[in-house]
Amino acid sequence: MAHRSDMIAEDILGYLKAHETKSLLRFITCGSVDDGKSTLIGRLLYESKMIFEDQLAALEADSRRVGTQGQEIDFALLVDGLAAEREQGITIDVAYRFFSTDRRKFIVADTPGHEQYTRNMATGASTADVAILMIDARKGILTQTRRHSFIVSLLGIRHVVLAINKLDLVGYDRAVHDGIVEAYAEFAKPLDFASVTPIPMSALRGDNIIEKSARTPWYAGPTLMAYLETVEVADGAQDGPFRLPVQWVNRPDLDFRGFAGTIAGGSVRPGDRVKALPSAKESTVRAIVAMDGDLPEAVAGQSVTLTLEDEIDISRGDVLCALDAPAPAADQFQAHILWMNEQEMLPGRTYLMKTGAATAQATVAAPKYAIDVNTMEHLAAKTLALNEIGVCNLNLDRTIAFDPYAENRDMGGFILIDRLSNETVGVGMIDFALRRASNIHRQALAVDKDARAELKGQRPAMLWFTGLSGSGKSTIANALERELHAMGRHTALLDGDNVRHGLNKDLGFTDADRVENIRRVSEVGKLMVEAGLIVLVSFISPFRSERRMARQMMAEGEFVEVHVDTPLEVAEARDVKGLYAKARRGEIRNFTGIDSPYEPPEAPEIRLATTDQTPEQAAEHLLAFLRENGYLA
Amino acid sequence: MIDLTHLQRLEAEAIHIFREVVAEAENPAMLYSIGKDSAVLLHVARKAFHPAPPPFPLVHVDTTWKFKAMYDFRARMAAESGMELIVHTNEEGVKQGIGPFTHGSSVHTDIMKTVALKQALDKYKFDAAFGGARRDEEKSRAKERIFSFRTAAHRWDPKNQRPELWKLYNARKAPGESIRVFPLSNWTELDIWQYIHLEAIPIVPLYYAAPRPVIERDGTLIMIDDFDRIALHEGEEVQERTVRFRTLGCWPLTGAVESEATTLPEIIQEMLLTTTSERQGRMIDHDSAASMEKKKQEGYF
Repeated sequence: MAHRSDMIAEDILGYLKAHETKSLLRFITCGSVDDGKSTLIGRLLYESKMIFEDQLAALEADSRRVGTQGQEIDFALLVDGLAAEREQGITIDVAYRFFSTDRRKFIVADTPGHEQYTRNMATGASTADVAILMIDARKGILTQTRRHSFIVSLLGIRHVVLAINKLDLVGYDRAVHDGIVEAYAEFAKPLDFASVTPIPMSALRGDNIIEKSARTPWYAGPTLMAYLETVEVADGAQDGPFRLPVQWVNRPDLDFRGFAGTIAGGSVRPGDRVKALPSAKESTVRAIVAMDGDLPEAVAGQSVTLTLEDEIDISRGDVLCALDAPAPAADQFQAHILWMNEQEMLPGRTYLMKTGAATAQATVAAPKYAIDVNTMEHLAAKTLALNEIGVCNLNLDRTIAFDPYAENRDMGGFILIDRLSNETVGVGMIDFALRRASNIHRQALAVDKDARAELKGQRPAMLWFTGLSGSGKSTIANALERELHAMGRHTALLDGDNVRHGLNKDLGFTDADRVENIRRVSEVGKLMVEAGLIVLVSFISPFRSERRMARQMMAEGEFVEVHVDTPLEVAEARDVKGLYAKARRGEIRNFTGIDSPYEPPEAPEIRLATTDQTPEQAAEHLLAFLRENGYLA
Repeated sequence: MIDLTHLQRLEAEAIHIFREVVAEAENPAMLYSIGKDSAVLLHVARKAFHPAPPPFPLVHVDTTWKFKAMYDFRARMAAESGMELIVHTNEEGVKQGIGPFTHGSSVHTDIMKTVALKQALDKYKFDAAFGGARRDEEKSRAKERIFSFRTAAHRWDPKNQRPELWKLYNARKAPGESIRVFPLSNWTELDIWQYIHLEAIPIVPLYYAAPRPVIERDGTLIMIDDFDRIALHEGEEVQERTVRFRTLGCWPLTGAVESEATTLPEIIQEMLLTTTSERQGRMIDHDSAASMEKKKQEGYF
């Protein structure tokens, strides 16, 4: 038991020596107020003598005032911290509690159990080694038990205690206990826990918490405290290959350059060969620098400063890895995402993604599926709302080093930050890279068109959509841009109608004005291609000569002419804007197809018939063309 | 395989937090209160950036009522760490003659500490401030994030805190907003003392027992640090007693405890055998159960 030992009074130096070597266990308690979770934590604190007399006096007063246990101490009041919570009798946030025994120091993440607090539970679980799942013996396994188990397993906790509580209310009946254990074992099979330890208990009465209860003679396992003091939770991070996400480059003067960070995997010694990612430059560790003298070795979990033998360029966000087992690097991932914000996830929007010390811009695609946290069923989903979990693809604006979350929590976990509100809106766990970054060894380039395009991972181009009014140019261009954007491509769309509202609002529809219209649009589009963008131009552009002029302004392969080939009668029948009717009535002059000619392209790169496919299908054709011709490297 | 001890893990976590803030904030500072938690905070900061000195200043919000020994110690640590020391006092409050004896602990703390702290942060435009607060000190702190976000008016909104998972901290903020950062969040009082012992960190001598002049007022032992600034009440008598302090603040507001502990192991021994919590020596917490939470919302650290 905690600090009870007579050693404190008799041999304080010996006691301190013993306590220096104590290990640390972090665990999470899952359950709702009704399950007696707060009561359990309160009791652990109380029994390990972490409550002082003045706190106890306050607790006794509070218990009489708002407690639920009559004249008895209401342990739950010890841990429900915020004033609002104390009044409402609910736990709404993650609270951290501390206690220690002679063997271990413990950090407890106390989290709420209701479905609307899934995010809080995930937060508490992210740093925990063990989860205690509270079960009310009278109720057995509930929907919330399943939810908690799933979240715990998703966050990578490997050891679970099944705390079968309130056994006093079922007469310490062994059959009730065994039934729950059996049902849970069946349910938890796919969750792949390394161990599930059922403990029958009454947190209120103190059965099997610290001392074995005489009321459960049929139970031969450990008490909760005995379990917590002895469970082995080596997370394997030390056994894995060396990983150091560089947090901070320490350069006090020209002679010293140290790379500081917390080791996320493996161990390191002076002389070890390392590789910096994503630059892939190699060097050798010279020293592990520390204030009390250089260290001979450092391991996962330690915050260190390394110096290297070679002057290689490394900055915050890079990862130093073991040379013979470097982390993969990529810019596209599949990940499990848990959404944490009231405003739902917006597929296609760019968020900031922070993983390790790296921050990248990430575009999240629409979920492949969402997961029902209560049943683990896969559901179709267009987005993720608060507390929803789904599997999504992400596109990054840069290559990062990573490991799958299942292999390394610190190398595979990430948060998503909204760029406007700066709030943490989601968290995720990388499952795998969608493809390896093809070009890890990059040459230093001057900032030109190629460099900008390289940065964006695409080949800039101008897709010139030409066709009659109402042929579907803008609709298809829009659909294509949405697709490209969702893939994280950088695009711009110049639409005939919109440009005429601004840049070209001084131009009419005479032939001369039409030519000038196209000339200006070509110039603007060219500047955008210079900036590395994929530019979509949607203009009727009826004359071959002007389209040729635009083509000649661009480099070889940059101009893609797309003929949206809709017959006049079809376009006129659609007449979305009612323009054909007006033109037929003579209210619009020089209307293409009616009283002004349209010259179809003779050799467009792509011809799209729109009578037998939807705009989405047409966009897919274009996308396939772009892929096949190397525009989307 | 090296098994890290709980103190090694706590130290690594604190170092990680220091580096993260320095990498992401534009103008960080460390709020230095001269007490034992500040001593540990400073020590860990120096480790985090060794061989460079920590790349931020120490800021002391001075109520002008600290113990003399604290002022001496402050000067010594600033010199030893090679860090810039910024001392800020609410001059408006000094002009109005605000003090613990004349205005009571609550007004004094609000004007000379909370208001002064906000003044200092605004004056120097610090966008991140390290503090030595621990989650085991008090109920509302148990729920506060390590990166605690404050509005431009320095307010804390306990219902709108950013999720903190793994070691990933979101330090982004709009202009004018700031964060308070607590690298020692997961330490307990015992951890602090044990770390001071193991690392031989210097602390203010007032933590060790020594004969000191005290009076007993409202059941609390007040050490008289400046005879010119206290008016003795009827029947009060200055006695020399062997006392020490478990926590340090403004001397008229900090109760001494009778003790014979003159070494760190003895202090720890006394702490482990004691039956009252450390904040009991501080007078600001007693007002009501939710008083700290309210003070925090208003900008008190």
